[in-house]
Amino acid sequence: MKRKEPSGRPHQSFYTKHEAVILGSLSVVLMIGVWQACWSAGLISPLFFSSPSAIIKQFRYTLMEGTLLADMKYSGTNFAIGFGLAAITGVVAGVLIGWYRRLRLFFDPFLSALYATPRVAMVPLIIIWFGIGIWSKVFIVFLSAFFPILINTVGGVRALDRDLLRAAKAYCASDWQIFTTLAIPGSVPFILTGIRQGVALGLIGVVVGEMVGSSQGVGFMVAYGGQTFNTDTLFVGMIVIAFSGILLTWIAERLERRFSRWRPER
Amino acid sequence: MVKLSIEHLSKRYWFEREDREVLAVSDVSLAVADGEFLAIVGPSGCGKTTLLNIVAGLLPYEEGTVSIDDKQVRGPGVDRAVVFQQSSLLPWRTIAGNVRYGMELQRRFDEATMRERTEHFVKLVGLNGFERHYPNELSGGMQQRVNLARALAADPKVLLMDEPFAALDAQTREFMQAELLKIWSQARKTVLFITHQINEAVYLADRVAVMSARPGRLKEVFKIPFGRPRTLALKRDPRFLEIEDAIWQLIEEESQRLNMVLAEK
Repeated sequence: MKRKEPSGRPHQSFYTKHEAVILGSLSVVLMIGVWQACWSAGLISPLFFSSPSAIIKQFRYTLMEGTLLADMKYSGTNFAIGFGLAAITGVVAGVLIGWYRRLRLFFDPFLSALYATPRVAMVPLIIIWFGIGIWSKVFIVFLSAFFPILINTVGGVRALDRDLLRAAKAYCASDWQIFTTLAIPGSVPFILTGIRQGVALGLIGVVVGEMVGSSQGVGFMVAYGGQTFNTDTLFVGMIVIAFSGILLTWIAERLERRFSRWRPER
Repeated sequence: MVKLSIEHLSKRYWFEREDREVLAVSDVSLAVADGEFLAIVGPSGCGKTTLLNIVAGLLPYEEGTVSIDDKQVRGPGVDRAVVFQQSSLLPWRTIAGNVRYGMELQRRFDEATMRERTEHFVKLVGLNGFERHYPNELSGGMQQRVNLARALAADPKVLLMDEPFAALDAQTREFMQAELLKIWSQARKTVLFITHQINEAVYLADRVAVMSARPGRLKEVFKIPFGRPRTLALKRDPRFLEIEDAIWQLIEEESQRLNMVLAEK
């Protein structure tokens, strides 16, 4: 809802309005400047570290003549397929398990055990199963993202507001009507929380998977750069991963905030 | 003509933790006439909400009978609608969506009728212009209007109201009481109204039933002699205060007796 600004509102200077952005950018620029200066002064060994200028150079090289685009496409495909599958199956299974008590009791031991185990511990096993092609990475991403989505969906379906349930029952609601008009819409904010966590864990999954068993992808690029002491390449990979993480998390957070306005308070 | 009839109704609860039985409602008999506004007052813990939940069909009962138009109550039904203390609105639905929710669940009206009734009852409770707003954009008093509109739109024979104004501040409550009478004079439903506020009961109702606590029994039923329409000024009428006082004394006697019983234990 937009309100008209009162005419008596004191004038804000450009700085006070954008303080966060200005100070934030300043720190980044300063950091890069100091870094570059140290590099130019010869204070940094190229074996252990890199410099902004070298990273930009390497970035342009890998982008134009190297395999960066192909690697990004490969990693992105792994992530997209794995995460897409996790989102669909996680929400469907979560709704079913959340709604049917017996199903929940039945699957509970497995879910608790798998949820508590760091999924990267399973990476070697998954590579034995699926080889070092695309499907082992897809499966790792899937496993990483599936559990947070599932657990949050289960929680959302179960978090039925008791007052709303009582009201629906007083108006003769059937179980199916309670499911479609209360349980499903009520769990949307919870599902989106699961999606956000799934994005973060899925990204870890794709990078770890490619580092351990792959000959392509951004994760492999980082691992290879490390093994060959090519710190410039290593940094390019890291920065690509960092920016993908920031972008995807930002999208998921926006989505979550958009719907959490009516999250039931507990 | 009797619309709602309660005969020798008792309700026992089993307290698992204390391993003992509590008689929440004890042998209550009450008849509410068609179009009558009956209020039940009593201290907290007197079983008035239990009574309402049984009539609403939300609680099972084993002893006695509850019937509407001579049909025994066995669970929720389209002949009743409840206005809850918590407005219990779906936060993801607009005001219009919430008003039609009860009708939607009951599936008695076709789409066109539902739309028409939604519009009508939103207007009746004075919320036209707010159809597309969400509940969290509304004040507590406005939310209770939606709650009431949802119940009325479902076209019940008996309207059950469970302390609907208890959570509102004093001023809003007074205003809502007057509004309720205005709306009721147009909708003309049989009403069972639960409250712990004596003057609310006397102001609204044709008759006021007083309940006592532990076990929840019907003490006395007062006939309220004032005609309608009633204005808020009635609350300062000496005769009004007299009735309020009489009910107050009855409840106080009760609580003293209860204190003595508890002291003996």
